[in-house]
Amino acid sequence: MVSVADTPKDSFRLSMLIYDTRYRAITIQTVIVLLVMAGVWWLLGNLFYNLDQLGKSPSFSFLWNRAGYDINQTLIPYTNDDTHFRAMLVGLVNTLLVAFLGCVAATMIGVFVGVLRLSSNWLVARLMTVYVEIFRNVPVLLWILVAFAIFTEVTPSPRDFKVTDEMIAQGEAPAASMLLMDSVAITNRGTFIPSALYSRSLGEFHIGFLPISLNTLAVLAAFVIGVLVFRAIGRRATAIQESTGVRPVVWWQRLLALFGPLLAVLIGLGFHLEYPTLGGFNFTGGILIGNSLMALWLGLTLYTAAFIGEIVRAGIAAISKGQTEAAHALGLRPGRTMNLVILPQALRVIVPPLISQYLNLTKNSSLAVAVSYMDLRGTLGGITLNQTGRELECMLLLMLIYLVISLLISTGMNIYNNAVKLKER
Amino acid sequence: MKKSVFLGTLAATAVVAGYASAGTLDDVKARGELNCGVTTGLTGFAAPDANGEWQGFDVAVCRAVAAAVLGDKTKIKFVPTTGETRFTALGSGEVDMLARNTTWTFSRDVDLKFTFAPVNYYDGQGFMVHKNLGVSSAKELDGATVCIQTGTTTELNLADFFKANNMSYQPVAIQTNAEGEQQYLAGACDAYTTDASGLAATRATFADPENHIILPEIISKEPLAPLVRHGDEQWADIVSWTVRALIAAEEYGVTSANIEELSKGTNNPEINRLLGTEGDLGAMFGLDKEWAKRAVSASGNYGEIFAANIGESTPIGLARGLNAQWTQGGLMYAQPFR
Repeated sequence: MVSVADTPKDSFRLSMLIYDTRYRAITIQTVIVLLVMAGVWWLLGNLFYNLDQLGKSPSFSFLWNRAGYDINQTLIPYTNDDTHFRAMLVGLVNTLLVAFLGCVAATMIGVFVGVLRLSSNWLVARLMTVYVEIFRNVPVLLWILVAFAIFTEVTPSPRDFKVTDEMIAQGEAPAASMLLMDSVAITNRGTFIPSALYSRSLGEFHIGFLPISLNTLAVLAAFVIGVLVFRAIGRRATAIQESTGVRPVVWWQRLLALFGPLLAVLIGLGFHLEYPTLGGFNFTGGILIGNSLMALWLGLTLYTAAFIGEIVRAGIAAISKGQTEAAHALGLRPGRTMNLVILPQALRVIVPPLISQYLNLTKNSSLAVAVSYMDLRGTLGGITLNQTGRELECMLLLMLIYLVISLLISTGMNIYNNAVKLKER
Repeated sequence: MKKSVFLGTLAATAVVAGYASAGTLDDVKARGELNCGVTTGLTGFAAPDANGEWQGFDVAVCRAVAAAVLGDKTKIKFVPTTGETRFTALGSGEVDMLARNTTWTFSRDVDLKFTFAPVNYYDGQGFMVHKNLGVSSAKELDGATVCIQTGTTTELNLADFFKANNMSYQPVAIQTNAEGEQQYLAGACDAYTTDASGLAATRATFADPENHIILPEIISKEPLAPLVRHGDEQWADIVSWTVRALIAAEEYGVTSANIEELSKGTNNPEINRLLGTEGDLGAMFGLDKEWAKRAVSASGNYGEIFAANIGESTPIGLARGLNAQWTQGGLMYAQPFR
């Protein structure tokens, strides 16, 4: 070190960039960065040159042209007169829907399976092992196709619900009938459920492309207020109990608080259900939950849940047995030990790999195309791409959107991870 | 980094495309094999038979081109493409030509940069339904669930048809004809829509074809034609005139049975020019004199190809209709070989 300090500053020679360890690392890094940039530049230049040769200059203006095709499941209003951009949004919302439903369900099943795999009950633990091994060792596409085949082959077609005059005369029952007081129809097209209607509707307003129903907002607000009052009454009762030793009878107040505002708002808005009815080829009215959505959701959920189960098991196994023994020594029963002692600590091991599983599920949702579920890949990366012939633009946009979704999910989960991780002081 | 890898791949594809469009004829000759894009399987038009040999109406066009260019109708690599992948396959140079029930439209010709050969089948979009649905017209399909191949013109026609008739429907987008067939038979959709010829071909493969009817409405014009990339006029001419040679051969009564006889010379100069006994038309686009003779010998003339694959004597049973020769009241009309 001393000799280095003694070296005169003005004796820098070019060869030192290679032979002097102080500079060599920087030299190598600079050269590599320059090479990578040159490579990217060459590739991009090549791409644009060749596209130009083919007469296809990249442009995103096609997004504002009329789409002209129909989509069978849309959460936001869409007709074939809308633009390709709006079709893309419809696909995006469908992707987000199945990803959200899948993540929630996979987490619930995964935690359940992970905990039960460690059960001391031999049969339960083995059953869960079988589940995990079956689902994680078969490609998810096959599970989606199997689920779809089951939904379409086993369920009756809408015309099996038809009751003709001849059948009434002969006293025959139709081949299939609706469930839950004629409100739900399970068919090979999808499940029809009643939809909510309001006779004194408050209308709706739009945020960007998203229509928001004031009715739904009012119902949600009433529900949240109900829950808050419900908890406030509970807390007050506990406070009284702690100061006087006697818990006041408040269950009817709490029930009233929970359902009162909700009922008042629903009656005020003139809430009623629209039942699906058989008309022509299909049921009309009500809401259709397509079999493609159900199959995709089920396939993705069961597949990802198997992985999440293993992650949960690993997380629990990472907690020292002493924690369980200490909790038992304090008199906690096994269920409470798991909920209060083990799982909270296991979370910090579980959450980071869990993020990857959420990202996997979201990206795997692009397999929707196999069951004709119109997600982002089906609209922007499928029909729009084909009808406009803009492969490069569509694919870049598709990649960008998936990238943004994934980054948003991992940001959200990282925030959560920071909240649950071991706090070191 | 991931992105640059992707762009690299794209760029590499583009480079391949760039080279491929330099001279398709030379590429095909150097390769000794024609890459021909066909459907993933539509009986009568393009499907492998029991021996794994591709057979069909569209396949015959590939065979004629291979025979004309390479002198051997078997030197073909068939590349099955879906409605979604076909244009990328052709545009990127993966295939030299497409013979695949592709509708000739303005935007495909102009915007997607493809050149279409003469139409080899005049078609229109129709609907197929199960008999016990009790439907006799497409106008009764209000509220129906309709299976449709995605990435096709039929998708847009369907939306227009239902809109024009003020009806609603549920589209089920499927990828291939096989998938559509399966969904339709499973009852996941009430009606299946595609080109009427495709419906007839699909119905012929059912176990109970008599229980399915093709509705009388034809809701669109679907001129199906082989196509190649823009920018290689020589190759486009070769494919186009091969199709015309097949059509002309039928008009002049040149069949696979009498072609050897006729190529010794006839007193009809048109036939002589077509078969290369007079003049040298082939040299004008880089082929030899007998290119058209080989093309017609490959699977016969247009009429023979039609009769053997999709005609009335086959299970598909399509009548000539618009596809008859112009002399018979149809639209098949080959420009003069002169």
